[in-house]
Amino acid sequence: MGMTTAQKIFAAHLVDEPFAGTKVLGIDVVMCHEITTPIAIADLMARGKDRVFDNTKIKAVIDHVTPSKDSKTATQAKMLRDWARRHDIKDFFDIGANGVCHALFPEKGFIRPGNTVIMGDSHTCTHGAFGAFAAGVGTTDLEVGILKGVCAFREPKTIRINLNGTLPKGVYAKDAILRVIGELTVNGATDRVIEFGGPIVDGMTMESRMTLCNMAIEAGGTSGICAPDRVTVDYLWPFISDSFASKEAAVAEYSKWASDADAEYDKVIDLDLSNLTPLCTFGYKPDQVKSIDEMAGQPVDQIYLGSCTNGRLEDLRVAAQILKGKKIAPTVRAILSPATPQIYKDAVAEGLIQIFMDAGFCVTNPTCGACLGMSNGVLAEGEVCASTTNRNFMGRMGKGGMVHLLSPATAAASAIEGKLADPRKYL
Amino acid sequence: MKTFGGPALFLDRSDINTDEIIPAKYLTEITKEDLKPYLLEDLKLPGFDPKSDKTFGAGAVVTRANFGCGSSREHAPWVFEVNGINVVIAQSFARIFRQNMFNCGMAAIELSPEKIDQLFSYAGAVDAAIEVDVANTTLTVKGGGREESMQFEISPFDKALVLAGGWVDYADSKY
Repeated sequence: MGMTTAQKIFAAHLVDEPFAGTKVLGIDVVMCHEITTPIAIADLMARGKDRVFDNTKIKAVIDHVTPSKDSKTATQAKMLRDWARRHDIKDFFDIGANGVCHALFPEKGFIRPGNTVIMGDSHTCTHGAFGAFAAGVGTTDLEVGILKGVCAFREPKTIRINLNGTLPKGVYAKDAILRVIGELTVNGATDRVIEFGGPIVDGMTMESRMTLCNMAIEAGGTSGICAPDRVTVDYLWPFISDSFASKEAAVAEYSKWASDADAEYDKVIDLDLSNLTPLCTFGYKPDQVKSIDEMAGQPVDQIYLGSCTNGRLEDLRVAAQILKGKKIAPTVRAILSPATPQIYKDAVAEGLIQIFMDAGFCVTNPTCGACLGMSNGVLAEGEVCASTTNRNFMGRMGKGGMVHLLSPATAAASAIEGKLADPRKYL
Repeated sequence: MKTFGGPALFLDRSDINTDEIIPAKYLTEITKEDLKPYLLEDLKLPGFDPKSDKTFGAGAVVTRANFGCGSSREHAPWVFEVNGINVVIAQSFARIFRQNMFNCGMAAIELSPEKIDQLFSYAGAVDAAIEVDVANTTLTVKGGGREESMQFEISPFDKALVLAGGWVDYADSKY
């Protein structure tokens, strides 16, 4: 019997199996941000164990509230900054170089096929787009990861999702993953890995694959996973060109992590997306999804474009294409947060930022802030946001506020009309 | 042996997420104790008042499916811990929340829908309370003059974490 990608990674990283079904894995990349790491640091110090297992395998960024908004967030940033300096963590990204962790770390080439990745952040599943096993964990798992370089998991089964057909005009990876979550429900993938494949995924950019994997957790999934291929190698090439004679050689090496043809899945779901329409959430759970055909016209107060789901360059390009030469409706305000400084610079160079600002967008620095209602775009009681983020829980972006999750294209169309709107008429 | 449980708090809804258990705006606190006043602050349920003595006097939570979904924040188990709640009993949990509970040496116990219904039959009793014996995998519910016990299952690893007082001590002694 063949193996899935997740099974291969578990087998290759197994350190211990203290009990049947519990696997302690060696971790290749331990990622840290300033919200969930400081308490781990404080606890390690209190235990007299202020050490790191390998300072080259630890990556750290200040991203959730940056620049700091008050004394408390400044203290969190300082704790992470002091700790990174104390342990000579070279891959530490502070103000000026910082961006949303799940966009920044891939951009730096930190994640490779076959890796194990943990972070004290639920959207760590994003990095599975590289053919890695990447899991969000709590502060205690993070603390042990920092100290020992290991993490324990129940070995997850894998749900295979085949995205078949071709995506119609105006329909993107965000719509595809909302469709998948609607199918699986919010706990349909608990203790499971979601492996995305099929012709649509094969044809996707790494950015789009990251959008898919980013929201695996919204169906309860431990990690998203896409098979590494030529697209993966092209993305990673600036970081791996010294290690391989050719891209073909890299593809051949990384392909060993792809699931075998006769791998055993928990279930296989085939979805033909050829007739998919732009989608939008309507309630307070990410599996509450409707077509924009049904949702168009619903009022919104704020548009938010950014986050680890949809703050990458291709997202900005699609939105700018729709916004070019147009203005946002006078009844809404619109916020763009490019997810990393590089994306910001590229967007400036391509003239995208000019388009957004001419349309009436506020452009902020890269940060997670608004997505979880911490800073840079918090909603007031009763307000509604059309957002390219990943969570629509009640009050997520501000107490008493509501969030509609949608694609960058649908966000841009909604900004123009001042209400939920179908992007297809602008393309 | 640490005791688990106490006065029961019944939260009758599935998919209660970590934003409802502890809103993100409080993630700027850097000690667990500072989270204490904000327990379940944004949870809206009929008849539930987050600021009531019943909420803050609880020692155990009983709830439905997929409890603790959403963010990885360990602040969710911590806000229970600092308020004296060291066991959550549910039909099912989100993975990260469940692991965080055991990693902190607390108990996240899954029961069948039928047994959860049976526990909810005590929700009307003002003195409803639950005691959990992790070592023997039994729990006892009492209230309104009734009392009964039931068995539960827990993985040997999760049990070891509870008995060790959490994952840091366990891992530090072993790896």
